This record gives sequence, structure tokens and C-alpha cells, in this order.
Amino acid sequence: MNPSLDAVLVLVVLLNFFTLGSSRVSAVIRATGTQGVLLAALPFLVHEPLSTHVVLAGLGTLAVKGIALPWLLMRAMRDVTIRREVEPLIGFTTSLLLGGAGTGLALLFSGGLPLAPEHAESRLVPAAFATVFTGFLVLTTRRKAITQIVGYLILENGIFLFGLLLLDALPVMVELGVLLDLLVGVFVMGIVLHHIQRTFSTIDTARFSTLKE
Amino acid sequence: MNIGPLDCVLVPLAFAILAFVVPSNRLRPLVLPAGALANLAVAIAALADGTRSTAGGWLVLDALGKLVILTVALLFFFCALYAPGYLRVRADRSNRQLCGGLFFQVAMLSLVATSHHLGLLWVALEATTLSSAPLIYFNRTPKALEAAWKYLLICSVGIALALLGSFFLAYASLHGPHSSTLLFDDLVANAASLSKPWLHAAFVTLLVGYGTKMGLAPMHTWKPDAYGEAPGILGAMLAGGVTSGAVIALLRLLAIMHAAGEAGFAQPILVVMGLVSMVFAAVFMVRQKDIKRMLAYSSIEHMGVLILGFGLGGLALFGALLHLICNALTKGILFLATGNLHRAYGSKSTDVVTGALDRVPISASLFLVGFLAITGSPPFGPFVSEFTILRAAFASDHFVAGGLFLVLLMAVFLGMGSTVLLAVHGKAPPETATDAASADTPQLTLPIVGLVLVVTCLGVWLPAAFVQLLEQAAASVEGPR
Repeated sequence: MNPSLDAVLVLVVLLNFFTLGSSRVSAVIRATGTQGVLLAALPFLVHEPLSTHVVLAGLGTLAVKGIALPWLLMRAMRDVTIRREVEPLIGFTTSLLLGGAGTGLALLFSGGLPLAPEHAESRLVPAAFATVFTGFLVLTTRRKAITQIVGYLILENGIFLFGLLLLDALPVMVELGVLLDLLVGVFVMGIVLHHIQRTFSTIDTARFSTLKE
Repeated sequence: MNIGPLDCVLVPLAFAILAFVVPSNRLRPLVLPAGALANLAVAIAALADGTRSTAGGWLVLDALGKLVILTVALLFFFCALYAPGYLRVRADRSNRQLCGGLFFQVAMLSLVATSHHLGLLWVALEATTLSSAPLIYFNRTPKALEAAWKYLLICSVGIALALLGSFFLAYASLHGPHSSTLLFDDLVANAASLSKPWLHAAFVTLLVGYGTKMGLAPMHTWKPDAYGEAPGILGAMLAGGVTSGAVIALLRLLAIMHAAGEAGFAQPILVVMGLVSMVFAAVFMVRQKDIKRMLAYSSIEHMGVLILGFGLGGLALFGALLHLICNALTKGILFLATGNLHRAYGSKSTDVVTGALDRVPISASLFLVGFLAITGSPPFGPFVSEFTILRAAFASDHFVAGGLFLVLLMAVFLGMGSTVLLAVHGKAPPETATDAASADTPQLTLPIVGLVLVVTCLGVWLPAAFVQLLEQAAASVEGPR
């Protein structure tokens, strides 16, 4: 048991709820950025003896998830949005209730998983599944393209949490590769977003209905 | 000559950089055939060598990797021959992204094919998604934009799931006496000690993740949009090249399942997934007016055929590996010929495209040949591969799967045939201000003829060395028989 680790994980899960209940796009982006900064601290807390691997993973995460991605998204938002509300398909209360149910299920589900003995007490696994679930919820219930990118980032954050259990399997090269893909991905999404705004005068994906059977 | 795995990646990467730095929009397309020829030469030279590994076992050039590299290189070679003629028609827009992006895509696919570290494989496969998305928007239409967005978002989310699945796989290895790893060879060697529940979870998650990237139903929704709006060359490379990258990722996973003695868990899932994809394709193919979207559903069907073959195993796996290359090259014929029809009529809907045999006889004939080949008519390659899978299904007493396979192939033949016949037969509409004459030029038809020759060759004569390569690749998945 590691009290500071648990504290950080609780904050990460609280930020999930904040994202689900918040109505302003800028607040949602800032919450994801804060989550990124918190995630950057986790490698240091999980893997006690300090190694270059841990330092690089932490700094890389801070640079990409904590700084670069929120900055890219904020810039994209200033570029494109006229109305800055989130515009969900379901109400905020319903979102929060679903998020709560998902987090509860994640806790129950993780309790039943055959975890390695050293992880049996860890809160990392339930936090990871709860965050992955939140990511999916945001992806599927928010109409604006920019909030869909945020959902994708939350999903990636959840996967990152699970990856913290596996220091040996993920050499620094691969970990940085994953971050680079994420950065380039959001960058390209930002460009596409810009074109969408110029072409359709909106980034509401509900307008995306010309291509269907 | 000694060709290592890294050479297969670095050669196309060097040409990608060259394509980006060439300043002239008129000369840049010529880099494509030159680079594709060099890439093909490397891929063929690599065939002769044994298995070679570098970078501490991270990059290995094995039989399966060689097969995918050869498939991509052949397809890319003919697409690249076609490209200068096509880009001359599209001289009004910059082709820097398209030329550089295609080389980058090929380089990343080579990295996917040679990568024996599943984390690195993931990074490279995601890189193909990111590099393809801007290319889908090459034609700068609102529909292309919508398609690019859906492709980018759905494939990124799908592949994010694949990353989670890879982590599950690494976690499964934590339970044995060994430390957690994502090195393919270590996972296969220690497969017996992998934790079964985690291995099952990894299999399902990876199948959904990489299945999204392959375009298996029901995760296929991006495919008709992306293939429908992409330029013909890119459609061919997506349908034949990028899907092969996702296929090899799934084959590596299947090899681990076989080594762990869990084939009994994996194979029925694959068979069902394969048949479901074929059903989706057969249903949506009916009355499909848009030719390129029809090709996308055909691609979904053939991804289903591949997965079905993997699930049946044994001889069917051999057939499916042969089908991988046959399908890729035949998709090349269809997408490039459709590109010609599209330009000749200024439309890809059969409301406008009729009587193509009158308007553009060569392209329309090639399109018809491509249709016959992809639906499994002799004497083309897909006939042999599909027949092999069918024979294997009945020989291994999978009568239900084999029967459904046969019925679905017929249904797809009928559905696709009605659209194709509508396009090529009948009376052509009065000539509008399109460049019909330019569609049947040798530059835009000879590369397709080349593909037809290769696909016919695969149907009538398989070189012994190639059969051996396929057998080695199948053995690397299921273990020596």
C-alpha cells in the first residue's frame, strides 16, 4: 500500500467525474491536462528505485499528456468553436450516474481478476478500468469533434494506468513511441478539425450524415 | 546480398524523405515508380535469405514477414506505376503529402511485418493510421473530410484497445517464472506458463482492436466511407496493404494462442467472426450503387475469408495466407480500374456510370476481370485460395462453416455482379465535359494489366519456392505439422 499513490489515483478518478459533469469545453480540456500531469507523477510512485527508464517515462508523459496535448486542444478550440458548451447527447446527470456505475463495476470487476500477488492490493487496476470506461462514455455521448478527441485521450490515460504494472515489458523506446503516436494523432486530428470547421462551419459530428447506407 | 529486416524499412523511408524534399509538383510523382522498384527489389532479395534478426530480437525477417512485405511491395509497385499518370490529371493540387505518405505507409508496414516486439508492432501500425488519414482527404471534398475524420477516430480508438490487449498479454506473462515481456519469441517459448484468464482477455481485446483496423464486421463502419472517398491508389494500398499489417498482428497473436495450447478457445471465435463479416458484406452489397463503397464491402468480405481460414487452421491457414496476397493484388486491379471509371464519368454511382465498355473499353474490361477474379472465378489466384479454404473446411468436418462459406460466396457474387454489370453494360450516357479519353491511356491501364498477369499467375502456377514460403509461414503460426 502506498498512500501517496492512492491519493493520486483518487484524484485521477475524480477528474473523470469532473469531465463527465462539466459543461464547458475549456474546463474539460484542462481536466484532461491535469490528469496528464498526475499520470506523469505515477511512474515515480509505482517504481520506487529511480532509474533512467522511470525518469524518461515520467518526463515524456508530462511533456506530452500534461503540456503538449492540452495546449494543442486549447489552440484548436480557440480556432474553431463558436459555442463553447459540450453539448452531450445525454444529460450531465445521466453521464455522472453512468460514470459512477462504471467506476463501481470496475472496482468489483478488478476484485475478481487473477492479479499477481504484488498487485492484489493495488488500486491501479480499478482506476485504469474506470478511466477506460469514462473515455468510452465521453467518446460515445459527446457530439462535438473536439470532445471526442478528449474522450480518446481519457481512454489512452486509462490504458497508460494499466501499463504502469508492466515496467519490464515496455522498454523506454516503445513507451516513447506510444506517446509520439498519441501526440501526432492529436495533432492530425486538430488539423482535420480545422478543416471541418472551415468546410461545415460547425464541429458537430451529428452533421456527419452524408456518408451512410 | 544480405538483406536485414531494417533494410526493408529504411529503403522506403529514404524515398519518403526524398519525395518530401523534391520541390517540383511535376517531377515528384516520378519518385514513386523509382522508389517502388527499389522497394520491390529489396523485398525479393529478402526472400532468398534465411531468417535474420537484428536489434536484440526486436526485428526479425521470418517467413510470415516476408510474405507480407512481398505482398505490399508488389501491390505498391503497380500502384506507383499508375501514380504519375493519375497525378498528371490531378496536377492542380500538391501531391507532396500523397507521394511521401505512401512511402511512409509502406515503410511502417515493413516495420509491422518484421517487428517481433508487440509494442513496437503497435506503434508502427498506429503510424500507418495516422499517415493514411490526411491522404484520404486528398480530394478536398466535404465527404472526404467526413471519411478522414471517421477513419482517424474509429481506427485510433480501435487500436488503443489493441494496446490495452497487448498489456493484458504482457500481464499474462507476469504470472509465470519469467518477467513480463512483449517479445514475440519469448511469449511463444514461455507460452505454457502464461496466465490463461489474462491470455483470453488479451485475445478478445486484441481481436477487437486489430479487427477494427482490418475492418471486420461489426467494427467496419469506417471502411465504406474511407475507401469510398480515398483516391484509387490509396484505396488499393489501404485494402491490400494496411489490412495486411493488421492481419499479421493477429497472426502473431494466434501463434501465441497455438503455442499456449489455447487454439480451441481462439479458433471458433475466428470462424464466427469471419462468417459474420461475410454476412454483413453480402447484405450491404445488394443494390449498392456506389462502386467504391461496393469495393469496401468486398474488402470486408475478404477480411472475413482470411479470419475464417485462420480459424479453421491446417490447410485452410495455408489457403488463407495465399488468399492474403491474392486478395491484396486483386483489390489493386479493382481500385485502380474503378479510379479510371470514376474519372471518365465524373461519378462513382451506377446512376451515372453505365455502358463503361463503350466509353472506356480497356478500363471497363479490366474492372470486369477484377470482379471475376475477386469473386473466385478460375483461372485467377483467389479461386485457388478460396477453393483451398473450402476443401480444408470439408476435409476437417466443418460442414456448417464450409456450407455457409459457399452460400455466402455465391450471395456476394450475385450482389456484386448486379452492380458491376450495371456499370459496364448498357448504354453510356451522353458525353459530358469529362476527360473520358484520358482514362484509357496506357499509363493508366498497363499497370492494371500487370496486376492481372500476376493474379492469373497465382491462379495457374505457384512457384515451388513460394509454396515453401507459405508453408513456413503457416508452420510459424501453428507450429510444425
